[in-house]
Amino acid sequence: MRVLVAMSGGVDSSVAAALVAEQFGRHQVVGATLKLWGGSSDSGCCSIGDVEDARRVADQLGLVHHVFNFAAAFEDRVVAPYVRGHAEGRTPNPCIECNRHLKFDRLLVRARTLGFDVVATGHHARRRVTAKGRFRLCRGADPLKDQSYVLAMLGQDQLARTLFPVGEMTKAQVREEAARLGLRTATKPDSQDVCFIRSDEGRVGFLGSRLPLHAGRLVDHESGDDLGPVEAVELVTVGQRRGMGHSSDGRRRFVTAVDVPARRVSLGPPEAAHADEVRLHTVTWVDNGPDMPGGNHGNASGAGMGAIAQCSAHGQPVSSVVHSDADGLTVSFSTPQRRIAPGQTVALYDPDHPETVLGSGIAW
Amino acid sequence: MRVYLDHAATAPMAPEAVEAMLPYLSGRFGNPSGSHRESRQARRAVDDAREQIALLLGADPSEVVFTSGGTEADNLAVVGGWEAVAATRPSPPALVCSAMEHHAVLHTCRALARRTGAALREVRSGKDGIVDLEALAEACMPDVGLVSVMTVNNEIGTVQPMDAVASVVRSRSSMAVLHTDAVQAVPWLDAGASTAPADLVAVSAHKFGGPKGVGALVVRHPTTIHPLIHGGGQERERRSGTHNVAGIVAMAAALSATHSARPDTVRRVTALRDRLGDGLLTSVAGSTETGAREHKTAGHLHLRVAGVEGEALVVLLDEAGVSTSAGAACSSGAVEASHVLASMGLGPDEAASGIRFSLGPSTTGEHIDHALAVVPDAVAQLRD
Repeated sequence: MRVLVAMSGGVDSSVAAALVAEQFGRHQVVGATLKLWGGSSDSGCCSIGDVEDARRVADQLGLVHHVFNFAAAFEDRVVAPYVRGHAEGRTPNPCIECNRHLKFDRLLVRARTLGFDVVATGHHARRRVTAKGRFRLCRGADPLKDQSYVLAMLGQDQLARTLFPVGEMTKAQVREEAARLGLRTATKPDSQDVCFIRSDEGRVGFLGSRLPLHAGRLVDHESGDDLGPVEAVELVTVGQRRGMGHSSDGRRRFVTAVDVPARRVSLGPPEAAHADEVRLHTVTWVDNGPDMPGGNHGNASGAGMGAIAQCSAHGQPVSSVVHSDADGLTVSFSTPQRRIAPGQTVALYDPDHPETVLGSGIAW
Repeated sequence: MRVYLDHAATAPMAPEAVEAMLPYLSGRFGNPSGSHRESRQARRAVDDAREQIALLLGADPSEVVFTSGGTEADNLAVVGGWEAVAATRPSPPALVCSAMEHHAVLHTCRALARRTGAALREVRSGKDGIVDLEALAEACMPDVGLVSVMTVNNEIGTVQPMDAVASVVRSRSSMAVLHTDAVQAVPWLDAGASTAPADLVAVSAHKFGGPKGVGALVVRHPTTIHPLIHGGGQERERRSGTHNVAGIVAMAAALSATHSARPDTVRRVTALRDRLGDGLLTSVAGSTETGAREHKTAGHLHLRVAGVEGEALVVLLDEAGVSTSAGAACSSGAVEASHVLASMGLGPDEAASGIRFSLGPSTTGEHIDHALAVVPDAVAQLRD
């Protein structure tokens, strides 16, 4: 089996590369680093320094290493939609879109055309194969580092050609293994934040350089009373609390809605910032075969299907019922959740096997 | 079998060059700027090399400025040449360059324009890979201080009409200095004749059998340049720093070997290149040659293969034993989208489908046979 291992220059993918090299033999394994971002970046996974780390780890492991320039596709499929989303009052998750369109689409296609059977990545998630040969996507062994949320859009086609070699390990074990092998990335800090946004400019600076930002008004979500100015409506996210002040009774205020064209941000008390349900589009299922858990989404049309919803990368899973309709899904929470900003992804897990991803969707 | 078809990126060193430099890496270690026997020995070597190089580049020895390579020579020409003109003008003169210049020129022009507020006009090329002379004439207004047009394009190998370029520049931009990046020209063209119309000429040793890390800028009288690197005042105050004696000696040896073998090399490599090009255009459906072959150097073949990404093809060919290149390599090893193909009006997908085969003096008929055998299979696999 020939394996293309995606090496970001971080410790997880370094160890993933070491593990597949050991398992399949180094002549069966080639490392690849994606150059995704043409601009400057310091917090991400494709700076020159990161490429160098990936290359030097590959050298150490005796692997051939390539750099693939996917910057144009990254701009089209990740960065531009991220900017457009903010311009329209949505908050897309760029990591998920990168996984959807780059790592588990462009890269899988590139790997296949180059004659590789699978792509291995350093994600903390687990792939399982059922007795019937169907693929399951499960949470990584380390609950604090689990990345199944950002992979929840994967389906059978992608999982059939993907390996997650570090999914069974905790982060501490990954670092121990890297140290044992003497890999230069053993103590490298985890990547943070959005990879194409520099820490010194931040989200405000980045979006400000790409978008005309508009001042707007804060209003009460019920009465419509004016509550003051806001510097840039494009930078406000539904559910946000920071910078929104307090109401006259001293309670914190939350963003309940962002209307960019009207330059208006609605604020409400905590209970208004929570919702009983969220509606999803761009719905995906890990497995929609007839007798598979995701296949039960057929059940979601009637009485609904039980699911555990997770609304952010490290959000608390919440027991839910899912109904499907022509537009997508409605996820009803057992207890109200902080409002999900439009554009954010909700991952659904199996209530009977809470480690197992059923599917995903993007909040309207 | 390993088939190296990336000579435009770098070429193996000529044995003459290796032999010439070795003594200067051991016993003859002197600093040419001193005043004792070791220094005299080293200075003599640099002076000899300078005369030899000047002769073969059609220049006077005093016009040759040694640099650390082609990129430094281009930087020195663009910045130093422009600054010398700007020093005589009340406001920053404009810059003109072809849009297909190597990044060593293009990015230098852009940085200089950004820093000084000088206008920069980038001139498109035609589908034939030749700079558009009408567009050049439009750009060459009286305010221009420096024009840069490469002698041979590095990606597609087209030879630019330097005489016509020079006559446009001289007739329209009277104060402009004309620079040409001749890095890709030296292996294939008579460097003196092909660069004669230019005031500044950049060359790089490792493209013609010399070592990496050494090059030269010809600064033709009466053109002057301002230095970029200050210090001991070497190279007549135009480029300070202790001479790379071994590199300079080896560059002279490589240039001399290239020059004497050139007629034979060009004849032989042209036949090999034509066989490779004609063969691939026949055996690879949907392949198109970029630029007109009659305008190209002997060593260059650039194809666009419909529906195939050059970046992926390079990887497969590498596994099949053939070293090629797609676009310009950036520092990370990724392939940059080709600004050269864009300058010819090709769209992004078409530009991404490009692959360059660049032959050299050591390319053999067997190498071409091997490439002809493996390229169609690699293309088929990518289209599968």
